[in-house]
Amino acid sequence: MATQAITKRKLNEHKQKISRNGLTFHEDTLANGHAGLQTNGRVQFSEEKTRAEPVKSRSKESFERIPFITAVLTHLGFYILMFLGFINQLLFTPKVAQEHHREGYAPLYENFDTFYLRYVYRRVRDCWNRPICSVPGATVTLKDRITKDYGWTFQFTGTTSECVNLGSYNYLGFAEANGKCADQSIETLKKFGCASCSSRLELDTVFLSLYLGNMPIHEELEQLTARFLGVEDAIVFGMGFATNALNLPSLVSKGCLVLSDEKNHASLILGLRLSGATVRVFKHNNMKHLEKYLKTAVVFGQPGSGEPWKKIVIIVEGVYSMEGSIVHLPEILQLKKKYKAYLYLDEAHSTGALGEHGRGVCDYYKIDPREVDILMGTFTKSFGSAGGYIAGTKTLINHLRIYSHAHTYASAMSPPIAQQIITSMKIIAGEDGTDDGKRRTKQLARNTRYFRRRLNQIGVIIYGNEDSPVVPMLVYLFSKIGAVVRTLTTYNIAAVGVGFPATPLMEGRIRFCLSAAHTKQQLDYVLLHIERLADFLGLRYSRKIRDPMPIEYYSDGETE
Amino acid sequence: MTTKFLFIEPMNILSIIPQYHILLEAFLIMWLTWFISKKYYSQDRMLAEDEVEKKLAEWNPEPLINNPQMNHISLNPRRITSRAGKKIVVDGKDCLNLGTHNYLGLTENNEIEKNAIAAIRKYGVGSCGPRGFYGTVDVHLELEERLANYTDTEEAVVYSYGFSTISSAIAAYCKRRDLVFVDEQVNFAIQKGLDASKTNIIYFKHNDANDLQNLLMKQAKIDEQNPKKAAKIKRFLIIEGIYMNTGNICPLPELVALCRQYKLRIFIDESISFGTLGEHGKGITEHFGVPRQEIDMIMGSLDWAIGSIGGFCVGTSFIIEHQRLSGLGYCFSASLPPLLTTAAITSLDIMKNNPQIFKSLRDNCIAINQGLQNIHCLECSSFPESPVKHVYLKNKKDRAAEEQLLSKISNRCIENNLAIITPVYLEAEKNLPRPSLRLCISTLLNKSDIDFAMNVLKKCAEEVLMSIN
Repeated sequence: MATQAITKRKLNEHKQKISRNGLTFHEDTLANGHAGLQTNGRVQFSEEKTRAEPVKSRSKESFERIPFITAVLTHLGFYILMFLGFINQLLFTPKVAQEHHREGYAPLYENFDTFYLRYVYRRVRDCWNRPICSVPGATVTLKDRITKDYGWTFQFTGTTSECVNLGSYNYLGFAEANGKCADQSIETLKKFGCASCSSRLELDTVFLSLYLGNMPIHEELEQLTARFLGVEDAIVFGMGFATNALNLPSLVSKGCLVLSDEKNHASLILGLRLSGATVRVFKHNNMKHLEKYLKTAVVFGQPGSGEPWKKIVIIVEGVYSMEGSIVHLPEILQLKKKYKAYLYLDEAHSTGALGEHGRGVCDYYKIDPREVDILMGTFTKSFGSAGGYIAGTKTLINHLRIYSHAHTYASAMSPPIAQQIITSMKIIAGEDGTDDGKRRTKQLARNTRYFRRRLNQIGVIIYGNEDSPVVPMLVYLFSKIGAVVRTLTTYNIAAVGVGFPATPLMEGRIRFCLSAAHTKQQLDYVLLHIERLADFLGLRYSRKIRDPMPIEYYSDGETE
Repeated sequence: MTTKFLFIEPMNILSIIPQYHILLEAFLIMWLTWFISKKYYSQDRMLAEDEVEKKLAEWNPEPLINNPQMNHISLNPRRITSRAGKKIVVDGKDCLNLGTHNYLGLTENNEIEKNAIAAIRKYGVGSCGPRGFYGTVDVHLELEERLANYTDTEEAVVYSYGFSTISSAIAAYCKRRDLVFVDEQVNFAIQKGLDASKTNIIYFKHNDANDLQNLLMKQAKIDEQNPKKAAKIKRFLIIEGIYMNTGNICPLPELVALCRQYKLRIFIDESISFGTLGEHGKGITEHFGVPRQEIDMIMGSLDWAIGSIGGFCVGTSFIIEHQRLSGLGYCFSASLPPLLTTAAITSLDIMKNNPQIFKSLRDNCIAINQGLQNIHCLECSSFPESPVKHVYLKNKKDRAAEEQLLSKISNRCIENNLAIITPVYLEAEKNLPRPSLRLCISTLLNKSDIDFAMNVLKKCAEEVLMSIN
C-alpha cells in the first residue's frame, strides 16, 4: 500500500511538471549527460517554460531519449553485424543473380549498397514485403513463406495465417470487400470500366456518376473534396506519391526558398529536387530552428547575390508516418504570417484520421483550413482507395490545372477508385445521412488513446503525439526489429518494422497503425503479447513513471 | 633529454627556418582569427531583432501564383461522358474514338470487368500500404510473374502509376557522375527521370544513329585522356520503342550495335510499343528480332494497351531487384489497387490467347497510314505500323497559328462524330514538339470505320484550311 501511495504522489508531481513546462519527458532523463547522442531534432523549449499559453499539442507529444547503455549497444550491435557480414563476404560467394554479357562495363551498383543489401538487410529480409491475400482490414491474411537459405530466397508453404493487422494504413476501416463502398465501386466499374487510357487534360474522363445525379465523377470528387476540407477548390490525381513529386515543380522554382521538415516524405523531397528551388532542412517539428532559418532568409536573401528570395515556402506534414508526431500548426501559422511565407501541408496520414470530424490537422487544431495556402493529401490511407489531391484557392487550383505535370501527362484516375473515395468521404462527412462516419472517427480516437496509454504503462518508449494513430515503438537494435516482427507474427499479429536507412541508425522501431476497425479485444490481445515480448527482449526502456491504475477504454467521460 | 632542452629546441627551430615563413604563419593566424570572429559577428547580426523587422517590412514576396488565369483553354478540357471504348461520347457528341490510347480495345472487355469485380469482392478497393508494408497482394506477385513470362525475361516489377515508373526507374540507376545518351524527342516522364537523377545528359538527334555514333566517338576521345576515371563512369542509352511525341520507331539494331561497341547499357521505354508491336505484341525486340539479353531494361506502361493503370519494368533479376529498394515510386507509394492488377493480368491472358488482335491492329495502322497519305494538306511521317500517328500541317506556319488551325480541325472532327485530339504539351518540355493532331488506332476498327475516319478528317482539314486562304 505504501509503495502505491508513493508512486501516486510521484505521478502527481510528474503531472505538475508536465503542466508547468509543457513537456512530457522529464528532467531526470534530460540531465543524463548524453544529449549529444540525440539525433532526432526533438523540441527543446525548456527555456520557454514560463510562456503564457501552453500549446495543446506539445504537452501531448513525447520523444523520450535513448538510454545511454542502449545507444552504445545499438552501435556495437550494428558494427558486429557489419563485421560478420564482411567475413561472410570474404568466405562465401552468394548465390545471387550476376550480370551476364556485360564484361568491361562499369559496375552498375556501389559496393557498399550491395554489401548492405546482401549481408545486413538480407538477415531480416523476411520481415518486409510479406504477401497478403485478403482485404487489409482489421485482420489480414498473410501467405506463409519460409526461407531455407537464410533470406536469399523464399518459398511459399501453401498455408495462410490470419493476423490482427497493425501494419496497413486503414485508419477509418474503409478497406472492406463488402458494404456500401465496395458495392458502389462495383456499379461504377460496370458502367465505366477500369480505365480511360487518356490523360485528363487531353480528354477529361469525367464519367456521369451513377449516384450523384448528372454530375461527372471527377468533377464531383473534386468539389466534394473541396467541400470536405472547407476550401474553394481541389484537384485530384491518380497516385499520392506523384501528387507531391509532380506538382511541386509547378509551384516553386529557382530563386524560391523551401524550408522543409527533416522527416518529410520521400515524395516531397523528390518534388523539391525536380523543382530546382533552394531547400533548407529544419529539425523535426522544431519551431526555433525554423524561425532561425526564416530570419536568416529574410535578412540575407539569396546566397551570393544577396537578392531577396522570390518567395519562401514551408513544407510540413500533418502526421509524420515514421515519428507519429503531429505538426505544430498554430505556431507554424504564426511564423508563416510574421515572415510572409507560404505553407504547404501534406496531410497524407492525417486527413480522415485526425480531428473531431475527421477533416485532418486543421480540424484537430480548430483552425480555418483557408489559412493554409496549399493542402495536399492522399486517398490511400483513410479512404481505402488510391490517389491524391491538392486543395486551396481557386487561383491555385486553376494554375495546377494548366501547369501540373501529372494533370497533363499522367493517366486519369480509374472510375471505381474515384467512386470509393466519393462514397467513403460522404460517409465521413455524414452526407450519407448516417452517423457511421462519426462512429468511425470516434472509434479511431478511442483506440489510439487506449493503445498509446497502455503501451506507456507497459514501459516501452513510444514516439509522437498522444492523438496520432501512428504509433512507433522504439526497439533501437537492428536485430530486435527482426525479433519483434517475427515473434509477433507467430502470435498472428502483423506489424511493421523500420530500421536504418529509413530511420537514423540508432532508432530502429516497430510501427503500429491503428484503425477504427480494431476492437478492444483485438487491441488487448496485441498488448498482451507486446508486454510478454517486452519482458523477453528487454524493451521496457522508458524511465517515465508508469500509471499503476488500469486504463479505461471508454475514458474521457464517454458513456458508451 | 632535460627539461631545459625541451624549451630550447623550439627556439632553435625558430632561428633555423626562414624569416618569411614566420611572417606567413603569423599572417595565417591573424586571418583565421578574423575569419572566426567574422562568423560570430554575422551570427550576432542575424539575430538583431530590429534589423529583421526592417528587412521584413521591405521584403515583398511574390504571390504564390504569379499570373492567375481564369479563362485558359486548359481549364475547359473536352469531356468524356461514356466509357472510352471504340465509340466515345465527347462533349455530348457520339464519336468514333481515335483519341484515347485504347490500342487493343480492352477497356470494354467483359472478362476484365468480371475479374476486376471479383477482385473488389476479395481484396477491397485500395491496398492501404506500400509494397514493403503489407501492401504486396498475391495478385501483384502473379502479375509480375506473368509479365516476366510474357516478355521472356527473368523478373518484373510493377509500379502503381505509369508516369512514376519511368521516372523512378531511371533515377534508380543513373547517378550524378554517370553519362546518359538520350534521344532529343523522349517523352516527359523520361525527362523528369533524368532531372531527378541529376546525371550528365547528352542528347542526340531524333532517331539518328549516326549522330549518336559521332557523339560516342567524341566521348571516347575525351576518355582517352583519363582512362582510369572513364572506366568507372556508367553509360546508358535511353530511348523509346515508339516515340510518344512523334510516332516514330527507334532504329534498335543499329543502336544495339553501337551500345555493344561503346559499352552502354540500354533502357527502352516501351509504353506504346509493348502490346502493339511484334507478332505476339511483345514489343520492339520481337519486331526487330533483337535477342532479349541485349536490352538491359524495358520499362512499360499498363495505362495504354493493357487498359488498366500502372507501369512495370522487366529485365534480368540482377537489374530489376535493385528497384525494390531503390525505386522511389515503388518503395514509397501505395501499391497498385488489386482490382487494377487483376485487370492487367486478365489483359495479358487475352493478349496471349488472341494473337490475331496484333495482326488486325497492324493492318489498321497500315491502312490509316495509307489513308493519311491521300490527304494532301496534311503530312504524317510516323512509322506505318505505329498505333500512334502524329499528323502535321503540310505548310509550316508559326507555332501559335499551327496550334489554332489544328485545334479547329480537331473541333470540326468531333462535330462530325470523329474524336481526334491535339496532344497537350507543357512549356517545361526539353524540346517542345511541333503541334500536331494525334491519332490513336485501335484493333477494333474495321474497314468502314477507317474509311469514315479518313473521309471526315480529309473533309474537315480541307474545310478549315480553305477558310483561311
